[in-house]
Amino acid sequence: MSDAISPRPSLGELLSARRGRGRRRGRLHWTDVFTWVYLALGIFLMFGPVVWLVLSSFKTPAGLVEFPPTFLPLGQISVEVAGHEEPLPLFRATLEDGSVRELAQVRRIGIVSQMVDPADPERTFRVPIDRRAPVREFRMAFENYVDPLKRFDFTRYLWNSVAVTVAATLVTLLINSMAAYGLAIYEFRGRRAIMLFVIGTLMIPITVILVPVYLVVTSMGMVNSLWAVILPGAATPTGVFLLRQYMLTIPTDLIEAARMDKASEWRIYWRVVMPLSLPAIAVLAIFSIMWRWNEFLWPLIVLSRSEVYTLQVGLNAFQGELDVQWHYILAMTVVTLLPVVLVFAFLQRFIATGIASTGMK
Amino acid sequence: MTEIALRGVRKSYGDTEVIHGVDLQVASGDFVVFVGPSGCGKSTLLRIIAGLEEITSGTVEIDGEVVNHVAASERGLAMVFQSYALYPHMSVYQNMAFGLENAKMPRSEIDTRVREAAGMLQITELLARRPKALSGGQRQRVAIGRAIVRDPRAFLFDEPLSNLDAELRVTMRKELAALHAKIGGTMVYVTHDQTEAMTLADRIVVLEGGNVEQAGRPLDLYNRPRNVFVAGFIGSPRMNLIEAQAVKGDERGTVALVTAETRISLPALPGIGPGDRVTCGIRPEHIRITEASKADVSAAVAFSEQLGGETYLYCDTDGPAQLTVHQLGQLPVENGEVLHFAFDRERMHLFGEDGEVIANGVPA
Repeated sequence: MSDAISPRPSLGELLSARRGRGRRRGRLHWTDVFTWVYLALGIFLMFGPVVWLVLSSFKTPAGLVEFPPTFLPLGQISVEVAGHEEPLPLFRATLEDGSVRELAQVRRIGIVSQMVDPADPERTFRVPIDRRAPVREFRMAFENYVDPLKRFDFTRYLWNSVAVTVAATLVTLLINSMAAYGLAIYEFRGRRAIMLFVIGTLMIPITVILVPVYLVVTSMGMVNSLWAVILPGAATPTGVFLLRQYMLTIPTDLIEAARMDKASEWRIYWRVVMPLSLPAIAVLAIFSIMWRWNEFLWPLIVLSRSEVYTLQVGLNAFQGELDVQWHYILAMTVVTLLPVVLVFAFLQRFIATGIASTGMK
Repeated sequence: MTEIALRGVRKSYGDTEVIHGVDLQVASGDFVVFVGPSGCGKSTLLRIIAGLEEITSGTVEIDGEVVNHVAASERGLAMVFQSYALYPHMSVYQNMAFGLENAKMPRSEIDTRVREAAGMLQITELLARRPKALSGGQRQRVAIGRAIVRDPRAFLFDEPLSNLDAELRVTMRKELAALHAKIGGTMVYVTHDQTEAMTLADRIVVLEGGNVEQAGRPLDLYNRPRNVFVAGFIGSPRMNLIEAQAVKGDERGTVALVTAETRISLPALPGIGPGDRVTCGIRPEHIRITEASKADVSAAVAFSEQLGGETYLYCDTDGPAQLTVHQLGQLPVENGEVLHFAFDRERMHLFGEDGEVIANGVPA
């Protein structure tokens, strides 16, 4: 592997790095400004939805549908008022005489709200609803997470998703690397044609082959089993292409040396080519984990019993025909995102080395 | 002990034939060196023996058995690559043990063999390291060690020393010679360096353009080159090759070789008649400095190399070629000084227009 990677700059150095470092210190070149703006826009575009998702997952159902939407999860403050069993929501109301007071709402009748002063429950006010604003505080609705984890068969779905992801990734790595080995190491007639054909399948969207693949899966009796999710997508043109291109960079001398060392083709593949392709295999593993974990359409089609649901299909259960429980969907989406984020955090250095370096000197 | 024989071996890539019918015999226990300029087919020939290249026609035999369709892994040969081709993800020990593991040898025997070979090559303390942490010379030793542990029928070396620096190359050359003396296996060695060929080989095979130009003992090739190519290729510095026209000599029956201002008189020789174009070859060490009256050639010294123990003079003659002269000891000459040279007739080589030899040595 490349050992010439320069030491990583710290975040501080990155942030203060300028074009043409050292020259004309202190003055920003227009390209610096442009770079900053461009990167900031990129971060906003990519992280904005994620941040919104995480913040929204802590909002109450009422907070979610509120207009105009709030950025932070806010909850309206409720107060105990003597003479009322339930806590009453607190509003800041502008009275007819122009004074502003914090009042609790007893009930709302049409466009008029009947309110009491929490300090003096005997006194009631009638305030038009457009003249009052809720008093809110920052509050995280953890029940969005706790409730579905109790009600929803989360552990089973999680287990199914993990099983599908792990098994499918292993199968994908094995068969893709074997195909790549054949296409990279052997010289045979039609090698280029086969490679082109493999890459050509990238152009076929899954929706086109959905029905035929479903028929195959059905006739093999795999519907409602996890194998129906694992097997059809195991051979990926992307994976074959990625690994094959990487294997082409392995010097032929090494393969020939192994042949001279009496190694069988399987041993050359397993003991020489596979270890040397590790960076590319790690990249494919990350991709495969992300694909499989996030896969929705195909599992939705072939898995119809809730015991075999994966997380993504399970999440869909919160979406009824008439009622969508957005607060639960958002919270569970965050939960399902976490494993891939962790995988990515641990393996991302392989992506960098795998894509950047050829691995050999 | 293993004999290797090539009979009428041809190899084509598409329409291009790169090996044009090679016949070759490698005797058991011999150290045979294939030498030639780059692109002459020497590496291809080695890879054909190894089984890494298919041949188009002819036969390859190992110990009398035709192995044309035997896979490289089944031929029982070991090869040392120019790039060393050590497995970068394995330690030195694993690199050396890999071939034995493939042969399903018991662990204890693998261990004994690896340690023995490592001891012989003085790399025992490197066994735990990865190839990345080794110097060029150490990698070379490991590559050789990987070949030795297998106890192969024959060793094949593909320019194994060409990636080393000059000093290390000389050291490794001696060690290879010592190794051959010690284990005595059949070895086929490819190089473009004629010095390596001369020092290591029992037999040299000179290749050019996919043909064997000459095969034989190193000094036979040196003393009796069969054609202009071998004459020019073997020996360092190169043999002086002077293209000349034969004319009728001063006395009856003799001939003289003339270029613009040079006239080399020769006794009558079969194969040379007046009017023939002849190449006259004379090695730098077979040229004497002499008086003007006895000289074959007079030339001005263009520059000289004083090495202390010996001196090389590079002189401009009237012909296009530069004349290289080797003299023992130190020789005080100045650039531009005109010297007179006589060629040692008994060591002179004459080649006809087709490049084939007419005479190796001419009677004085």
